[in-house]
Amino acid sequence: MKPIKLTTPLTKTKIAGLKKGDLVLLSGTIYTARDQAHKKIYDAIQNKQIPPIPKGEIIYYTGPTPAKPGKIIGACGPTTSSRMDAFTPFLAAHGYPFSIGKGTRSSEVITALKKYHGIYFSALGGCGALYQTKVLTITCIAYPELLSEAVYKLEVKDFPLILIN
Amino acid sequence: MLKYRKGEKNMIRTIQTKEISKIVEKLVIDTALYLRPDVLRFYKKAMQNETNEQAKFVLNNLIENAKLAKKNKVPYCQDTGMEIIYCEIGQDVHIAGGSLEKALNKGVQTASKKAYLRQSVVKDPIQRENTKTNTPALTHYKIVPGTKLKLSCIAKGFGSENKGQVKMLNPTASIQTIQDTILEIIENAGANACPPFLVGVGLGGTMDKACELAKEALLLPLGKRHKKIHLAQLENDLVKAANKLNIGPLGFGGKTTVMDIKIKEYATHIAGLPVAVNIGCHAVRTKTIIY
Repeated sequence: MKPIKLTTPLTKTKIAGLKKGDLVLLSGTIYTARDQAHKKIYDAIQNKQIPPIPKGEIIYYTGPTPAKPGKIIGACGPTTSSRMDAFTPFLAAHGYPFSIGKGTRSSEVITALKKYHGIYFSALGGCGALYQTKVLTITCIAYPELLSEAVYKLEVKDFPLILIN
Repeated sequence: MLKYRKGEKNMIRTIQTKEISKIVEKLVIDTALYLRPDVLRFYKKAMQNETNEQAKFVLNNLIENAKLAKKNKVPYCQDTGMEIIYCEIGQDVHIAGGSLEKALNKGVQTASKKAYLRQSVVKDPIQRENTKTNTPALTHYKIVPGTKLKLSCIAKGFGSENKGQVKMLNPTASIQTIQDTILEIIENAGANACPPFLVGVGLGGTMDKACELAKEALLLPLGKRHKKIHLAQLENDLVKAANKLNIGPLGFGGKTTVMDIKIKEYATHIAGLPVAVNIGCHAVRTKTIIY
C-alpha cells in the first residue's frame, strides 16, 4: 500500500476520498496541544476568549523532549489520544475537528467527528526520533509555562500517519 | 553471578556514591537513546512474519526510529518516562560519600540534562507542579551476599503504565481464569499502550508484591522461558493467545501483539491469588549494570 501525500490546510475535497486504514504522509502546519493545553483551550472558549490555535487547524497530541543545541525540536511522537476524549467533541463543535494522536477514541468523539466533518489520524506511537526528522520549524505560540505541554506551531514534511476515524 | 569479586571474600569493598551517580547517569542515557538489542531483533523477525500492510508499515518505522535515535542521539520516544532504579547491594559493600538515595537521583538529574530528556515528573499528583529534574526516581533496595553492586533501570512511559492492573483472584481460580484475567488486561491496553508489548506478570505475594514482580519482570530478556515448567507453559500459552487478539503493532491489526510475556511469582496466602499485569510498550526501556 503506497502512502497518500496530503498537505494542510485540510479541505472537504482533500479529505473526501480518504478511508480508514489509509497510510498518509502529511505536510504543512500543525499545532501541538495535550492534556493541560486542552484544559486551557477549553476554558478559554468557555470564557469567550480567543483560543491560541486558529480554527480549522490540526491539533497534534504531543509533548516533545527539549531540542539539543542546533536542533529544531527533540523527540516528538504522539501521546495517547483517549486522555483528550473529554475535550474533543467540544473542540470539534468550536472549529477544531482535526486531530493527530495515538490509540482509539471514545464513541462520543467518533460521533462528533462525523457531525463536524472531522478526521482523526494516528501517528506512530513511540517513534519520537523518526518524527523529529520530519519537523522543519517550531514556534511556541501559547502557554510556555507548560514546558513540553505548551502549544507549538510546527511546519512538518511527510509526517507518517494512519487514518483512524 | 559470582557474589564476590576476586580476592574480596571476607573483605569490605568501598564504593563511593559519586561512582554510583555516574553509573545511574549512563543507565538512564542508554535506556533513552538505545533500544534493547533483543527488542530490535524481535521487530526484524516480526517484520518477516507479518502480512498485514499497516503492521508492516509500523514495524518498518519502528526499526527506522531506533536507527535514527542511535544516529542522532535523540530519545526514541518523547515520553522518556519516570525512572525506576533497582539496587542490589552486596552485604560486604560499604557505600561511602553521602546518601545513596541522593546519589541515585543525582544520576537521573544529570542524565536528564545531558541527554535532553523531557521533564515528565510532577511533585504532587493533584497540584502537578513539574520538578523539572525528572526526580524523585522510584528506588528499590535489596541486600544480597557478596561485594558487588547491581544497578538496573526501567524508564517507564505512562502510555503503557496507565494500562497496568492488579486483580485479587480467589485461591481456587483455574489456570484458565488466570489466563483470561491477564488477556483481558492486555486487550484493554490495546492500541493506546503502544503494542507489541513486553508484558510483565506478577503472581502471588500480596497486592503490592504482585505489582512489584510484574514491573521487575520487564527487566527479563525476551524469549527465555521461566525455569518452572508450569509457569513456562503458562507464558507460552499466554503469548500464543495474546497474538491471536489481532491488536497488532500499534493496534492496526496483525499477528504481533506481544513481544513476550514474563512471569515472576512469589509465595502467597491460602486465601488469595494476586495477579498483577504491567504493560511494557514496544519501546520498553531497561538496562542493568553489574559493578
